Amino acid sequence: MALFSKILAKIRGGNISASDWQELRSTLIGADLGANLSDELIAIAQGSKTDGVEAAITTALRSTLSKNSRELVLVESRPTMILVVGVNGTGKTTSVAKLMHLLTGGGKSVVVAAADTFRAAAIEQLQTWGERIGVPVIAGKFQGDPAAVVFDAAKQAQQRSSDYLIVDTAGRLHTKSNLMDELAKIHRVLEKAGGVDEVLLVVDATTGQNGIIQARHFADSVGVTGLILTKMDGSAKGGIALAIERETGIPIKFIGTGEGASDFVPFDSDSYISGLLGS
Amino acid sequence: MFDSLSARFSSALSSLRSRGRIGPGDIDEIVAEIRTALVESDVALSVADKLSESIKSLSLASLEEINKSTNPSNGIFEIVSAELTKILGGQTRRIRMAKKAPTVIMLLGLQGAGKTSLAGKLALFLKNQGNTPLLVAADLQRPNAVNQLQQVGASVGTPVFAPEPGNGVGDPVKVALAGKKFAEDKLHNFVIVDTAGRLGVDAELMTQAAKIRDALKPDEILLVVDAMLGQDALRTAQAFLEGVGFDGVVLTKLDGDARGGAALSILSLTNRPIMFAATGERPADFSLFHPDRMASRILGLGDIATLAEEAKAALDPDLTKRFEEKFASGDDFTLIDFLSQLQAIKKMGSMTKMLGMLPGMNSGAMKRQLASIDDGELVRTEAIIQSMTPTERHDVKILNGTRRARIANGAGRQVSEVNNLVDRFTAAQKVMRQMRNGGGLPPGMSGMPGIPGMTGLAGMPKINKQLPPKKKSKSGNPAKRAAEQG
Ligand SMILES: Nc1nc2c(ncn2[C@@H]2O[C@H](COP(=O)(O)OP(=O)(O)OP(=O)(O)O)[C@@H](O)[C@H]2O)c(=O)[nH]1
Ligand SMILES: [Mg+2]
Repeated sequence: MALFSKILAKIRGGNISASDWQELRSTLIGADLGANLSDELIAIAQGSKTDGVEAAITTALRSTLSKNSRELVLVESRPTMILVVGVNGTGKTTSVAKLMHLLTGGGKSVVVAAADTFRAAAIEQLQTWGERIGVPVIAGKFQGDPAAVVFDAAKQAQQRSSDYLIVDTAGRLHTKSNLMDELAKIHRVLEKAGGVDEVLLVVDATTGQNGIIQARHFADSVGVTGLILTKMDGSAKGGIALAIERETGIPIKFIGTGEGASDFVPFDSDSYISGLLGS
Repeated sequence: MFDSLSARFSSALSSLRSRGRIGPGDIDEIVAEIRTALVESDVALSVADKLSESIKSLSLASLEEINKSTNPSNGIFEIVSAELTKILGGQTRRIRMAKKAPTVIMLLGLQGAGKTSLAGKLALFLKNQGNTPLLVAADLQRPNAVNQLQQVGASVGTPVFAPEPGNGVGDPVKVALAGKKFAEDKLHNFVIVDTAGRLGVDAELMTQAAKIRDALKPDEILLVVDAMLGQDALRTAQAFLEGVGFDGVVLTKLDGDARGGAALSILSLTNRPIMFAATGERPADFSLFHPDRMASRILGLGDIATLAEEAKAALDPDLTKRFEEKFASGDDFTLIDFLSQLQAIKKMGSMTKMLGMLPGMNSGAMKRQLASIDDGELVRTEAIIQSMTPTERHDVKILNGTRRARIANGAGRQVSEVNNLVDRFTAAQKVMRQMRNGGGLPPGMSGMPGIPGMTGLAGMPKINKQLPPKKKSKSGNPAKRAAEQG
């Protein structure tokens, strides 16, 4: 963002007025880092030497990143089970397609479970992706029991000795405790069928501060192990994901950058942070 | 929805209430509190500043007068409420009808905003008002979006014009135009065009949307906005405004706990009103957006007016009267009555949503209880009752083991669920009998004893006591007066 470079230029020049700090603060808040985190970062920047502010902010941002591993788990002895969760419309199904593409491209065998039995045409949407990428999609009936589909899919993945089982779930607001219970049930079924290895929470880059509450709820009910930050091809900076990392320690693992199966990259802290700062 | 805003406003205002006289220092304090609350709720900084400044200057200007009244905090409260209502859009804005049918509505928005399900909700809403809407599938991008719209259309009993399979095949401009033509021929008086989700920065797709607009000449372009949207709302709204233009905003996913501050930013930036709000996943979870009601909701007063309207629409007056007469005449409360009540409640849309409109329901504990209500249970209970013979519905005492097993089988449920229902119904029946003997039902509760799925709601019968003290109506706005009287 031009504005930010302008501010940084001023800061580097050493002549920083109170209104410059205000502008910097609104840039950080504008990236959805939240008022708290932004104020913290500003305090750090103010505490350091003026000519090092850009570096100080970058360092501060870096220090809020989670120390947890960003690698996707692979279990050797049985299919690695990945549960994909999140609120409505964040990009879960597309992210499942992207994971299929990534993993099969790396020579892994994948089975996918269509556990969104709730939304109209959700099963067909996943099946279309399965056909395009060449991955078997295990599906049940529309409005059937998602836990039963998952049970079935886990069995099939085992029989085929697949490397991965990826489960696409219905979008649900974290405030609906009956739907969260349903998700916990799916999780239990997978646990019994061998074990859940990754629970990936899909977060839309346009999400505001509600993202933190979402993450806490999903983490409480199914133990989230990583974030997929989607729609980073838009104008949103996706700062909410960093705020989530800081609050929960859950690491961002992948970034979604478009609607195609290949628009997907592993998280890279340098490009993420420079994107946040708009430089 | 707008939860944190509401919690903060309420606490700031109640601390104000406990003070007698209000000084300029108190105003500074509460305005600072309000500004922080707004920013934490994803309201753009500039908008938060503007709103809090106007609250401050208005409060200071009328400080003397405010302090003359017996309860000065009410004066501040009125100002906050009025300013909030103003920024939320003032009066309710309804759909502008075309001079010559059909009225064409084009939906626009980011990916994942909820356009397709919203199209269905809007269709149902229009249909319930006696219109004959047509849905047009012009999202030819997302895999199975066409398919989804077809299913959504079927579920709300609205035809869907879908000449192209989608999944990347077909020209949305042609489809939109042909859809309008089809509606003209088949005499549909409304056309709702679902379009692909697109990003503000995607110049190609924005141009495509503008082309659809030029061909279609819609009467209303509605921007569908997710209530969870953060600070990017401003950039996105600006991009859609410049790239395509829009007339109104629809807020979706308002049933979550998102603060919805982005909506305030969009309003303040674009001057386009929020016209509708989607408050759940069911087709009926949709309503006109009432700025004054939303302001009162933000302030923790609940949304009595909406609740009263929905209850009136759903509860057939004949039915209510019949219950009262039956009850007065000493007839027993049977499963048949129970079932008709269930159906009335189902018609009202999600129970959770309904109860959320009551005052006092915004507290954390209440919220958790509400969230645990299982609307699916209404459906299951209905299925069980419908598997009974009329004699059984009249007298549950005859339900022996064989009958219960048959009923469970017919409803596709477990025998334990049938047992559970019978137990709960019997308990409700007993309450009804006791109440008759002991003098009437608690006010407002006359049609809903033993509602399934409500077992966790211990505080339910006390709801009437949680009503806020009635304020004198000062409003010149008829909608607001009605809300106050509701
Ligand atoms: N631009 C962009 N669009 C995306 C991205 N990921 C998903 N989408 C789009 O977002 C919309 C919703 O994606 P879905 O994958 O259906 O989302 P979902 O979370 O499965 O949705 P529900 O199952 O309905 O809750 C679709 O239009 C996708 O094409 C992304 O990284 N960038
Ligand atoms: Mg999905």
